[in-house]
Formats: sequence, C-alpha cells, structure tokens
Amino acid sequence: MHGAADVEPVVTAEAPPGPRSTALADTTLVIIAFVAIWQLASWIIGRDILPAPVATLRRLGAIMADEDFSRHAWETGRAFGTALVIALLGGLAIGLALGAHRLSGEVAEPILVALYSIPKITLYPVILLLFGLGISAKIAFGVIHGIIPVAIFTMNAVRSLRGVYFRAAKAMRLSPLQTAATIIIPATIPEIVSGFRLGFALTLLGTLIGEMFASQRGIGYMLVKAMETNDVLTVMALALLLITLATIASAILLSLDRKLHKRALPT
Amino acid sequence: MLSDDIQVRLHGVTRIYPAVEGGKAVHALGPLDLELREGEFFSVVGPSGCGKSTLLDVVAGLASPSSGSVTFEGRPVAGEVPDGIGVVFQEDASFPWLSSYDNAAFALRRAGLPEAEIRERVEHTLSFMGLLPFADAYPAQLSGGMRQRVCIARTLVTRPRLLLLDEPFGALDQQTRLLMGDELLALWRETGATVLLITHSLDEAALLSDRVGVMSARPGVFIDRVETGWARERDSRIVAEPAFGRVSGRIWEGLRDQSIKALESAR
Repeated sequence: MHGAADVEPVVTAEAPPGPRSTALADTTLVIIAFVAIWQLASWIIGRDILPAPVATLRRLGAIMADEDFSRHAWETGRAFGTALVIALLGGLAIGLALGAHRLSGEVAEPILVALYSIPKITLYPVILLLFGLGISAKIAFGVIHGIIPVAIFTMNAVRSLRGVYFRAAKAMRLSPLQTAATIIIPATIPEIVSGFRLGFALTLLGTLIGEMFASQRGIGYMLVKAMETNDVLTVMALALLLITLATIASAILLSLDRKLHKRALPT
Repeated sequence: MLSDDIQVRLHGVTRIYPAVEGGKAVHALGPLDLELREGEFFSVVGPSGCGKSTLLDVVAGLASPSSGSVTFEGRPVAGEVPDGIGVVFQEDASFPWLSSYDNAAFALRRAGLPEAEIRERVEHTLSFMGLLPFADAYPAQLSGGMRQRVCIARTLVTRPRLLLLDEPFGALDQQTRLLMGDELLALWRETGATVLLITHSLDEAALLSDRVGVMSARPGVFIDRVETGWARERDSRIVAEPAFGRVSGRIWEGLRDQSIKALESAR
C-alpha cells in the first residue's frame, strides 16, 4: 500500500531555493524520471503485477468519471478534513500547554512517544466500540494518528524557547497574554509548521486505514475492494491519486516551512 | 548634565538562592549599598560568578532582593520592571521573525502608541545607530554586533531614564567592542539617561565610565569605587592617555585578588 509517507522523497528531491524557473525545471525532471523508472519497472516485472503509467492514468480517468467516485471522494475528504482540523488544533493546544508547564511536559513526553510508536491499528476495535461504524470512527482514527506528532513538535518548540525572550518580555512589561501572542507563538511557528506537515500526512494515513477496515464508503474502501478482487490497476490508479494530492499539500507546507526556518538564527 | 540627584538607591541588598534538594543555599550578592546619580555612567566589574548579573536583575526588578531595599526615582522597585528602566541583555534577544524596524518598534506597539509617533521614534533611533539601511533586514541577515544594536535600539525607543546593560558586547570581538563602546558613549550623551553597565572587561569599564564599582568574589560586595574623571565628551582614543593606564591599573589592583579567589573556589 502506498501511504502518504512514501511521498516524501519526491518532495525533498525538489530544487534548492533558487530562481523559480529552475525549481520548476527540476520538479519536471524529477517527475519525468519517476515516470520513466515506473515504465521500465513495469516492462521488467510485467504489466499484470505493475501496470504501466499510461494504463494507470487511463484507469484513474475512468474511476474519476464514474458517478460513484465523487461520493467516495467527498466522504474521504469530509472525514480527512474534520480529522485534520481536530488533530492540528488539538495537538497545538496540548503541545502549548505541556510546553509551558515543565513538569507536565516531562511526565507526558515519554507517554506521547510510546503512544506514537505503537501500531494504532491495535486500537481500532476500541475506536469502533466507542464511535460505531460511521464517519466518526474514521475521523477518530485519523485524529489519533495526526495529533501526537503535532503535540510533540509544539511542546518541544515551546520548551526549547530561549530564556532571554521571557526576560525581554518581562523587561518590556508585557502581560502573560501579550507574551504568548507576540513572542511564544511567533517564535515557535517554524517548528509548529514542521509538526503540521507530519500531522497532515499521518492524519491522511489514519483516515484511509480507517476506511479500509470498517467502512462502506470512501477512497480507502475503494482501495480495499480493489485489493480483494486483485484489481491491481485500480489500486495503482488510486495510489497515484493519493500520492499526487499528498505531494502537492506537502510541497506547499514544505515551502512555507523553509521560508519560516530561513528566518531562524544560525546559532 | 550630571547632577547630584540620586536616581537609584540600593540599601543593604542581598540575594540568596534557596537550596535545591541536596544542595546548599547560594549567597550570591551583598549586603551592598549603591547610589546612582542621575545621568552618570556607572560600570560594575568583578570576577566571574560574583553576582554582577544578579545585581542588574535586582535593580531592574527582574529579581527581588532577599533583604534590603531598592528604589528607583524614590519609589520602591518590587516584582516588576518600573516604567523608565530599559534593559539590554548579554544574549541576543532580537526576535528573528521581525525585521529590524519591527524589532525596534516592538515595545512601543505593545504599549499602544500611535503609529506616526512609533515611526518617528524608531526612524530616529535606527538612523542614529546606523541601522536605517538595514531597517527591512531580518536578524538572520545581520552580524552579531548589528543584532545587538537592534536590541539596544528596541530598548532606546522607549526613552528609558535608566539604561541597564548586562555585558551587551560580551559576544563581540575586541575591535567591534571598542567601536560599540564609542557608540554607547554617544547614545549616553544624546539621551541623557543614566547607564549601569555590567562588564567583565576592565578596559571597557575604565574607558566608558564616570565611576567604576569593583566587586568581590561571591558573595559580591563593592570593594572599591573608582572615579575616572573623564570629560563627558570622550571616546575610545583615551586608551592612549597615561591616565587610562592609571585608572585600569587601580581597577585591576582590587580585581586581581578577587579573581584569584574566584578561580580557586571554582577549582
């Protein structure tokens, strides 16, 4: 299966910051190379196992033209969008709170990391019992994937803030609220955006896995149905669609991330 | 501009850090008395760890004395930094997400001044400090000395009547330090503010100050106060004068034993 995490290398192969035209040329080159390798692999391995790019694209076109597709896409989009908002805002709130209170942060960090590393699929029966078979279970499953990295990144960003900022805030007679709004949040935004990138990818992964195991609708469901009937062409077409969408989103967040990190001091 | 009015008065001030589990309480400072005359340039030198920075924190209201009293313009300093005091820290406290201009305007914006007034004050200060060509630059694009200038500008725009400087040039090379010292003297003459400079460089203290307080090893108390007798119009060229050697010799006389003591107790 192609998860959103598989997308990363394509994105990082992007051009170093330079004139926009070279970045575009490099991206095009990467895409051409990717398609060429894919085609070559398809010839060597066999079309039955790895369908060729053109055939995959044609199938994707056919899937997207089908009237059922928009229903499925809407279902996934709705679940993912809701899960993403909850994961980002929830992770941000948890991270800020744990970062600001040292003891809580120290207690919570190992727990968060442990939660992060267990395969969340083992919790799916619990999620299903709690939320039932509908969209809520998919959202919850997406949230538990995405919320932890956002919380960890935010917490560490707040904890590693330089003490001199707080002293400066005190020397400028700022209220706690002014300090949070005008110093803590702007100072940690680059790390928060890095957390958002991971959170985005993992929430998508979680939502799709949720759809694959206990759902009658959504792109995850289409994927698992194609897998059950050994319809490799459909699996590839859907994977291509997901990779493309995730790559575009990740590239946008990455460029924002780079822009923000460039301002950080070279210490 | 030098008057006999006392602006800052410390009486019997001590600062004791309570014992943390297993350790002993640390008597960092005092008891000491200090009077700063309005408009004077007073430097504090002392061996490492003698409580110089603690003294600045206590005068600023960033830390409370364990006993004794601190008054600024006749009113007790308690718990918060009084209006009229500006602090510049040793570490770079410029905000990397703001341009030089916005860094300088930061405190004034929080205080809610009208934008026209902010512009006037910020532009005046930036141009005086040679920062106007870099108004749109971000700290990451500036050298360490320039970033420290931005921090000084951010404090100066609030028009402090007492400027507290905690080894602001500590991280800079010797040549830059001398030139920054000249700039500081020019600023001091222009603003008419009282300056309390904490430094570990006896040359810097001898060069810049009207008076120099020499502190003992921990717990820090004043063991000597040296009047330099420099004219108000002065700059770093006085290092060539014989009187400069006499002043720094006198400071070193007191400091030498204390530095040896501090070194031995650190072993």
